[in-house]
Amino acid sequence: MTNPPEPIIELRGIAKQFGGVQALRGVDFRLFPGEVHALVGENGAGKSTLVKILAGIHRPDAGVVKVGGEVIELRSPIQAQALGIAVVQQEPMLFPDLDVAENVFMGRHPRDRFGRVDWKCMYREVDQLLASLDVSLSSHTPVQGLSVAEQQLVEIAKALSLQARVLVLDEPTAALSSHEVEELFAIVKQLRERGVAILFVSHRLEEVFNIADRLTVFRDGTHIITAPVSEMNTEEIIKHMVGRELSNLFPKGDAEIGEVVLEVRQLTRPGVFADVSFQLRRGEILGLAGLVGAGRTEVARVLFGIDRAESGEIWLKGKKVRIHSPQQAMEYGIAYVPEDRHQQGLVMNFSIASNITLAILQKVSRLGLLDPRREQKIAGEYSSQLRIRSSGVEQLVNALSGGNQQKVVLSKWLATNPSVLILDEPTRGIDVGAKAEVHRIISDLATRGLAIILISSELPEVLAMADRVIVLHEGRVTGTFTRSEATQERVMFAATGQDR
Amino acid sequence: MTTASQGVKHAKQRSQAGQARLLGLVSRVRELGLLIVLLLIVLTVGVQAPRFLSIDNFEQILLSVAILAIVAVGETLVVLTRNVDLSVGSMVGITAFVTAYFFKQLPGINLLLGILLGCALGLVLGMINGLIVSFGRVPAIVATLGTLYAYRGLVFIFSSNTTSQINASDVPSSYLALATTQIFGIPTLILIAAVIAIIVGYFLHALQTGRQLYAVGSNPDAANMIGIRRDWLVFAAFAASGLLCGLAGVLWGARFGTVDSTNATGLELAVIAAVVVGGVNIFGGSGTILGVMLGAIVLGTLQNALNILNVSQFWLQALYGAAIIGAVVLDAFITRWVQRTILSRRKKA
Amino acid sequence: MKRLKSLLISWEALLVLLLLIGVVIGSVLSPYFLSSFNLAYALPSNIMEIAIMALPMTLIIIAGEIDLSVASLLGLTSVVLGLLWQRGLPMWLAIGVALLVGLVAGCLNGLLVTKLALPSLVVTIGTLALFRGLAYVVLGDQAVSNFPTAFTNLGFGTIPGTELPWSSLIFVILVVIFVMVLHFSRWGRQLYAIGNNKEAARFSGINVSRVKLVLFILSGVIAALAGVIFTSRFSSARPDNAVGFELYVVTVVLLGGVNIFGGRGSLLGVVLAIFIVGVLQNVLGLVNISGDIQNLAIGLLLILSVLGPNIARRIQVLITRRRLVAGSPKQV
Repeated sequence: MTNPPEPIIELRGIAKQFGGVQALRGVDFRLFPGEVHALVGENGAGKSTLVKILAGIHRPDAGVVKVGGEVIELRSPIQAQALGIAVVQQEPMLFPDLDVAENVFMGRHPRDRFGRVDWKCMYREVDQLLASLDVSLSSHTPVQGLSVAEQQLVEIAKALSLQARVLVLDEPTAALSSHEVEELFAIVKQLRERGVAILFVSHRLEEVFNIADRLTVFRDGTHIITAPVSEMNTEEIIKHMVGRELSNLFPKGDAEIGEVVLEVRQLTRPGVFADVSFQLRRGEILGLAGLVGAGRTEVARVLFGIDRAESGEIWLKGKKVRIHSPQQAMEYGIAYVPEDRHQQGLVMNFSIASNITLAILQKVSRLGLLDPRREQKIAGEYSSQLRIRSSGVEQLVNALSGGNQQKVVLSKWLATNPSVLILDEPTRGIDVGAKAEVHRIISDLATRGLAIILISSELPEVLAMADRVIVLHEGRVTGTFTRSEATQERVMFAATGQDR
Repeated sequence: MTTASQGVKHAKQRSQAGQARLLGLVSRVRELGLLIVLLLIVLTVGVQAPRFLSIDNFEQILLSVAILAIVAVGETLVVLTRNVDLSVGSMVGITAFVTAYFFKQLPGINLLLGILLGCALGLVLGMINGLIVSFGRVPAIVATLGTLYAYRGLVFIFSSNTTSQINASDVPSSYLALATTQIFGIPTLILIAAVIAIIVGYFLHALQTGRQLYAVGSNPDAANMIGIRRDWLVFAAFAASGLLCGLAGVLWGARFGTVDSTNATGLELAVIAAVVVGGVNIFGGSGTILGVMLGAIVLGTLQNALNILNVSQFWLQALYGAAIIGAVVLDAFITRWVQRTILSRRKKA
Repeated sequence: MKRLKSLLISWEALLVLLLLIGVVIGSVLSPYFLSSFNLAYALPSNIMEIAIMALPMTLIIIAGEIDLSVASLLGLTSVVLGLLWQRGLPMWLAIGVALLVGLVAGCLNGLLVTKLALPSLVVTIGTLALFRGLAYVVLGDQAVSNFPTAFTNLGFGTIPGTELPWSSLIFVILVVIFVMVLHFSRWGRQLYAIGNNKEAARFSGINVSRVKLVLFILSGVIAALAGVIFTSRFSSARPDNAVGFELYVVTVVLLGGVNIFGGRGSLLGVVLAIFIVGVLQNVLGLVNISGDIQNLAIGLLLILSVLGPNIARRIQVLITRRRLVAGSPKQV
């Protein structure tokens, strides 16, 4: 009987906090050489945080990290790399102006005996690497023109040339077509043969079954279970991923659902989404479910005038409209609470009041001059209505917790008096208490007659809040459910592209 | 592997190679384009004024841009890292004056010593720029705009405390000879510029540190993450720029003989024009010395053409401005076109 | 905003201190410094063009861009003015055309930056050369100098009853307008939003391109106005008018506490900085220090105005870090 192999990575009791939100709580984890290990969990479960810790980007608040059996204090990405840990982030960090070969070897160019860069050797080695991975890329290709899939392959080639012992892939398939995914998996299998340990972070369960040996489920920053993939099935995994009590969330009030306010017909943006059609009624909460990269935010951006669709129609209150800019969208009564509240939703150096009034500057000014009293009044009203906890409306928003920040963004858009409110991951990165409050607010708004589109990757949220659920998978609508029809399993199945 | 997916793979490889060729071509297009522009100018002007086409005239053009070319090489190093050095004109001016003064005051002195002095002064000034930008974290525009005027002020102080002007008769003929001697029939100025261009071009292509410069400009954060010492590289780039300006200043004094405190005022415009026209991306990360040399030659040819056609030299500065804007606009269009082509090809694939 | 305000106030307090020091040094170095002629006339008129160009420059830098072509545009409009006057056009018409040139030039800058998404630094370096070059093309190495007294009174003459130049009145009016716009109007709020987070501003329905275009046009028109004042003051239209002024304008704005990366700064600081630089220029002139050395002083001031706060911040971070490390929790 052979001895059990030593884990190449061992984590014990890892905890990490970000501004009041506990991303990881005392997590244990082990990764063995020659295995493909899937890490699954919903958004906010802590997967990305774990990856960043392994990459040396974040340092854990508590816990022990062991690499190759030795206790290590991972302090920087360079150190992680030196230890043989290669991480491919969702957005690859490459040099767009240089070619593939240089991207792989930057900083460690092969040199000839005179100390000069040995270009021939470099191109040859990279070509060999790529060929060994069965990839049809040429080492001479400038990275600028590469697709996300190809850039990932470059990152993997880099990892290989670094003799990485551990390869971490963070949601690698989010932006890939099914064909590109196939290619990626072929490479992963090869690497496994070579004894590399592969950590594969993903939402997509069909992929997990395809490629992984073992899987670990995280939920709310906690390690739930680790088991061989062969011993699990989809329903079990989903139950572990989602498992919190639905009753924790605020029960939805009964809103009167009225006439159709927004109708989308065959909306298409080639390469992004296709033939998306749905109706939205007054007082209705329409859940838009799906995995990251399914195209939901892209649909919202078109509705809000940031991007333009190539074909299809948008009808508002019975009239066909063209939405060319956010300004226009706002004139039509559409409001959009974006996914990324730091980059898109808020001006972090502004006060609560300034953020709340940013979209209604005309309303709070007379003859062009701002009326600070009116600003404060409006800000104060929303602040109390939405229970924003702060030291006053003049406080800078970067001092607030995630939940309160989100409430500020909500206030900003509510102040525009919209008829259609699009919420994109409204409770991402905020704690349970604030989540419940936000849900209460959303429910309230529906009762008052707002038509709401709720984009969310969190199943319980969608199921608890939505009157109807539309599921997108790779840009197409794969499922439509009424509130009674929608179950976690059904929605997940549609979201992962599986047939029911 | 089934035949079907093999077929797909081959198709992909072909399209890959095709795309690589397309993008590779685009970067070569700049150099080809400059050659074409050069040819056009030569033809159109040559038709009207035949003496434009003489070898003598061509030599004149190269002589007129030799010093500019040396400074442009240094500027290229800085711009590659996503910075800019606006103080080059002042650095050339001060080193020209100081070197000439040095030769005037110590006429028996070793030529080499004088040259080293000029270069050393330039190096120090460049290092100051580097310190302010790299370690003081002052944006390059602000820092070098400030040193542009600070260094110019220094020349002035120096000149008002010593002499307002140094004439050709004040300096040893061996110094002036630097600019007039010929080796194998080619003026030394041109040879020096060529040698520097070749050395730096080689460095940028064949040495790891040179390649790291490109990395720093292309994606500073990624460069940091893989352990490239970004701050030191930027500091070195500014120092090198200063050093080359020092050498250029020494040669300036030799070439023009008469030197005062206003030398090389406004040179930075011509240098930036040469760099931008030469295809170096103002955001860093790409560009070749060859392109910059061609850019300098094109500008020099334009100036010469203006001269020969008796067009007022007053058009020159406007021309530099138009060249800078034109080059940047052209680059924007090319980038857009390339991206659109790649995107449409990918949709079909 | 409160924390921001307190930060700004401390920078402005420093500026007031600097101003006072400058005044004291000035009065010590020269007996003429404190004369009413100097303080009310010589000092203000010398800094006037820089002062008024600093106003739109403040807005542009807060919005995250820069315009280095202002001095060249001043030269160009001055030359256009001179040429038209020489050719017999009535003064008011010539001034009108000059302002129009400023508008068109600003439009060029603005379109290149907004429509083609080109970096304003490179674009305005290019237009810096282009406009100055065109000025030389228009007038060559001549100068136009026989301007009517009514015109020269604008820059040269004083407001009756005071010793202040007429141009100071223009400056005051402009300051009031700009302060109203930047600090009290909704466009000012938009500017700060754009400078702090362009994307969030866009997502809030702000038309970022249009705002920036307007800013560049404004900068162009004001540069033209400065050209008119400059020409009137020196009673001379020359292509090399105001060479190097862009340094002063940028220095004044940065010294005034405006962050070069955008999103932060106030006109109060800029106005104080205008006075400081005015005093510096004036004092150096009174002790017969030449323009080139004045430039040196300003160049150093420019660098220090950014370097200083950077170093101060680093020291602050080092102190805080040392405190944190001392009290950090041990690992499990």
